Amino acid sequence: MSDAPIIIDPVACKGCKKCITACPFDALYMEGKLAVLKPEECRACNACVKACPFKAISAVEKEAPKGANLADFKDIWVFAEQRHGKVQEVAYELLATGRRLAGERGCQLAAVVLGHGVMDAAPHLIAAGADRVYIVDRPELAEYEADVYTDALNQLVAKYKPEVILAGATAIGRAFFAKVAVRARTGLTADCTALSIDKETCLLHQTRPAFGGNIMATIMTPNHRPQMATVRPKVFKMAPPDPKRSGETLFELLDLVAPSTRIVRTDKDLSGVNIAEAEVIVAGGRGLKKAENIAMLERLAELIGGVVGVSRACVDAGWVTAARQVGQTGKTVCPKIYVAVGISGAIQHLEGMRSSDTIIAINSDPNAPIFGVADLGIVGDLFEIVPKLIEALETKR
Amino acid sequence: MHVIVCVKQVPDTTNVRINPETNTLMREGVESIMNPYDEYALEQALKLKDKHGARVSVISMGPPQADVVLREALARGADDGVLLTDRAFAGADTLATSYAIAQAIKRINPAPDIVFFGKQAIDGDTAQVGPGVSELLNCALVTYVQALEVEGDTFTVETHMDDGTDVIEGKLPVVMTVVKEASTPRFASLSGWMAAKKAEIPRWGAADVKAVKEMIGLDGSPTKVVKIFAPPVKTGGVRMDGRGDPAAAVEAIVRALQDKGVVKS
Repeated sequence: MSDAPIIIDPVACKGCKKCITACPFDALYMEGKLAVLKPEECRACNACVKACPFKAISAVEKEAPKGANLADFKDIWVFAEQRHGKVQEVAYELLATGRRLAGERGCQLAAVVLGHGVMDAAPHLIAAGADRVYIVDRPELAEYEADVYTDALNQLVAKYKPEVILAGATAIGRAFFAKVAVRARTGLTADCTALSIDKETCLLHQTRPAFGGNIMATIMTPNHRPQMATVRPKVFKMAPPDPKRSGETLFELLDLVAPSTRIVRTDKDLSGVNIAEAEVIVAGGRGLKKAENIAMLERLAELIGGVVGVSRACVDAGWVTAARQVGQTGKTVCPKIYVAVGISGAIQHLEGMRSSDTIIAINSDPNAPIFGVADLGIVGDLFEIVPKLIEALETKR
Repeated sequence: MHVIVCVKQVPDTTNVRINPETNTLMREGVESIMNPYDEYALEQALKLKDKHGARVSVISMGPPQADVVLREALARGADDGVLLTDRAFAGADTLATSYAIAQAIKRINPAPDIVFFGKQAIDGDTAQVGPGVSELLNCALVTYVQALEVEGDTFTVETHMDDGTDVIEGKLPVVMTVVKEASTPRFASLSGWMAAKKAEIPRWGAADVKAVKEMIGLDGSPTKVVKIFAPPVKTGGVRMDGRGDPAAAVEAIVRALQDKGVVKS
């Protein structure tokens, strides 16, 4: 097939199967003594090209599409999401990372605020690392609406041509950034856990987990601009603000489209607990065996000033609501202390809590993966240890 | 009312692992399932069928064997299904996927009332294709929907935000992505399965949906995967066996908590 991203030379191929082992996508198979490509599985990662000892596999070079002049795009932007008028913490986390990337790229760092009554956000964003702050302050931007937000950001992108834009992978950022990327016909990488500028190509290397965190992939957007990525809250650390930093603030006047939907009402989560913000988390998993045993964790959490989180198993079993779930399909958390009780540590869970400062794990299986990330790992029966721990803590009060 | 549900066949990711020596995916024996979030999207569509007599169409993009998830949807009550399958779609990132699906939706019905997606697929976890399709269909978007009501041409949804719930109102047509809290998916009936097994599921390629070559597959994908690797393995810290001496283990935990200042010394 002429459209295949790689070509296998049937004469040079010796049937050693090295390419088959190297292929991460199962896109090659043997037909007799010849490697054959399944083009529908191939992602053009070129792992097989490198693996072939006989140089029998070559990559098909694709010409860069013409159109946008990549050199016109410069600087790194952070979308500083606000909710009910307050800039969200993830914006400051991204500015800290953006500052480092701007250093690596040798460019400026800007923050973009869409909202109403947000004129005073600029000094905080500058102190957090921005060289420039773009503010669009309009009543229709007060609360998020997909069409209006997409229009506003897209107009700014068309006008100023940033090379990179980052946003928090929040309910808001994940949704409208995908619209912005499609409108700009560019690439967007979701939920990045590491970002860097490649020294050779000057491109943004975007690393993210896939397949429920079982593999990591590094992704680039070589021929389209801007290069866009979202990052989950709490994945990157905030830097202490530097009030001595200076920067400029630009107030943008835009004509915006009419919104397609309107917010009738906003209800704060009254269960009151946002585990993503908690400093101390006591988390339970399948090892708790039944819903009633969550109460034991609540007592423990109360004693050490924490809140209860859970692994996916507990949510799937219907013991608690998904708002309490830690992990890749739940919330990413970064507390000072994370106590994992009866959690074996599936990768998708570890992805959501591995950056906690101190991790204490209690599990009966000595081979449980949770022990791999634990600072203190206790192999044992949680039904013996936790009650004793509660007893010990009660005497300390 | 005509609603379209986009469903994806995914590997049961809890079982996908990477071989640390060869850095390759080990997918032997990994089962393919309907993306769990798409089941909630389908359920919302089927409720509209129950209540308003909506026609429910399902669409999936994937290899020929992905027709299984469409049959599953038909068995649960969807009216018709289309499989979007073509080698030319291979290697698509979220932009190229959004484009191909939007083209197919336009062929099924240029003006559907609602297009449903699950909030994300559990293999890619991007949550980007639903919003991308809304952009290409040029219609409203609401995401993380956990409750839905439709009255005439007006919809009201409750959406799950990071800090609570928003109640949002708008006019059809709309693209929505649905979360788990929405409802429990129904089971297929035996007669549903029997009919679904025999159902005709058309297969559409790029030409059938008038997709241009530059916008699909690898060519239409701005993002490129440059490296794949196993997540770093941490070695862990202090390990204690609490089976023999639970008191010592408890003492160690208390000390660790005291070090961090959450328990009085």
